[in-house]
Amino acid sequence: MNREDFPMLEQDIIYLDNGATTLKPKSVIDKTVEYYEKYSANAHRGDYDISYKVDQEYENTRSLVKDYIHAKYLEEIIFTSGATESLNLIVRGFFTNLLEAGDEVLITQSEHAANVIPWFHLANTNGICVNYIPLDDNHYVTLENLKKVITPKTKVISLAHITNVIGDIRPVKEIAEFAHQNNIFVVIDAAQSIGHIPTDVQDLDVDFLTFSAHKMCGPTGVGVLYGKKELLEHVEPLILGGGMNESFDNEHEVYFKDLPTRLEAGTPNIAGVIAFSEAIKYINSIGLDKISEYEKKLRKYLVDKLIDIPYIDLINIESDSGIVAFNVAGIFSQDIAYYLNKYNICVRAGNHCAKILKNEVGVNNTLRVSVYFYNTYEEMDMLVELLSDRDKILKEML
Amino acid sequence: MDENLRREIILDHYQNPKNRETVTDEKYIKVNSNNESCIDNINIYILVEDGILKDIKFDGEACAISTSSTSIMIKNLIGKTIDDAIKYINNFEAMVDEKEYDEALLKEGIVYNEIYKQNNRKNCALLPYKGIKNVLNGLKNQKNA
Repeated sequence: MNREDFPMLEQDIIYLDNGATTLKPKSVIDKTVEYYEKYSANAHRGDYDISYKVDQEYENTRSLVKDYIHAKYLEEIIFTSGATESLNLIVRGFFTNLLEAGDEVLITQSEHAANVIPWFHLANTNGICVNYIPLDDNHYVTLENLKKVITPKTKVISLAHITNVIGDIRPVKEIAEFAHQNNIFVVIDAAQSIGHIPTDVQDLDVDFLTFSAHKMCGPTGVGVLYGKKELLEHVEPLILGGGMNESFDNEHEVYFKDLPTRLEAGTPNIAGVIAFSEAIKYINSIGLDKISEYEKKLRKYLVDKLIDIPYIDLINIESDSGIVAFNVAGIFSQDIAYYLNKYNICVRAGNHCAKILKNEVGVNNTLRVSVYFYNTYEEMDMLVELLSDRDKILKEML
Repeated sequence: MDENLRREIILDHYQNPKNRETVTDEKYIKVNSNNESCIDNINIYILVEDGILKDIKFDGEACAISTSSTSIMIKNLIGKTIDDAIKYINNFEAMVDEKEYDEALLKEGIVYNEIYKQNNRKNCALLPYKGIKNVLNGLKNQKNA
């Protein structure tokens, strides 16, 4: 649906790598250009009309984000360069100071690198332990398994809301309720869920939540860190400089501004943040419930066909998101991606930055198809047809 | 070169690669080659005795081009002196980089003579050569030192 809104789709391509990044509607692109053409001034200066306009537009996005994720306060929304920076900011600006040697952080083996490596770094520098919640036979996280592994040392549970290879939706609300009963912080990496299912941070009751704009029709280089206000107050800025300080003097005394500015040093990605507002409006205009329903149907349509092809090994037959991971027996995933590229089909091959997932699913690399609302049943038919002839693949993949 | 023959040779070395075996013998020098931009990851094990490449094996995961290129490279390098092996490697790299090269030296390696037409696959063909070349140059310098 809505294909006419996406200039990229005027080309003859089938784009099935939405887990990596999504396409941008015309309104987002136009808004970027509008900033550069009509009011290209810096933010937070406000001494002249166009600068005032920038501030209004910039803060308008913050307000839209707040409503989009149902946050309580505007200052709970911090703009970053992306989910990766957001996760680094809370691990290195908050948990570094809070956790002590021997404290435990629980993640899973299906997390993205951005939710693994910052914790590993903290383990290597502060002596905390990073352990894994065991996954069930479908590679899902369950509350029961979590209950089995927490210890009095467990201080943080950090999980993707939807994982980027298995595509399972985690029971975040139940996990957060249980975690808080045990004084455990909950960090949610919402990169893969934010543009696909509704997010209500107050209902989920998570402590921190991170995501990127470009995975929900927005521009690249913009991300969000949400944190409960009373926790964000204690996040130490990692980047220091202009915009975030209240005053400083010759004696090296520096006074920081209040949230959210304190955590947004330097000139931000103004064009990106402003254009992000159009992405939120766009997704709201379709409706996340409708998007989610459509993706599930499209995915089921594809999986029902792939399952009939004897040499295709599906990694995640069941999944509530739009992600399908699979392999063609005896052929390296990248060769399949090259083959599909000859027909202008964009899919991803590899480990998808989930490099410890191999311990869980038993294979290093997979092909990943990740659909969005602008993908069609006809596109799925085309993909299935191309994958249905193994001899053709072998003949054409080189 | 006939396209069907080219495909047949590459696919044969991909599906039935020669010398694919994990080596634990410490007499073998192990070198890893991987491509930054993709997921190819190959270990090569080299046994050098009296300046001769007595044996070479490989393991790992890689695409059809990388796997077949490794299999063909190994087949052509076993039995060569270090100097001749480096000569073979330089000649192969010259071909992929569209420079002057000696066709007669390449044997089955010639199947990649048009790989330059697919820019994103040049590195696949070159993958095994990167690691082994470093090792051989190191051994050569040791000998000369």
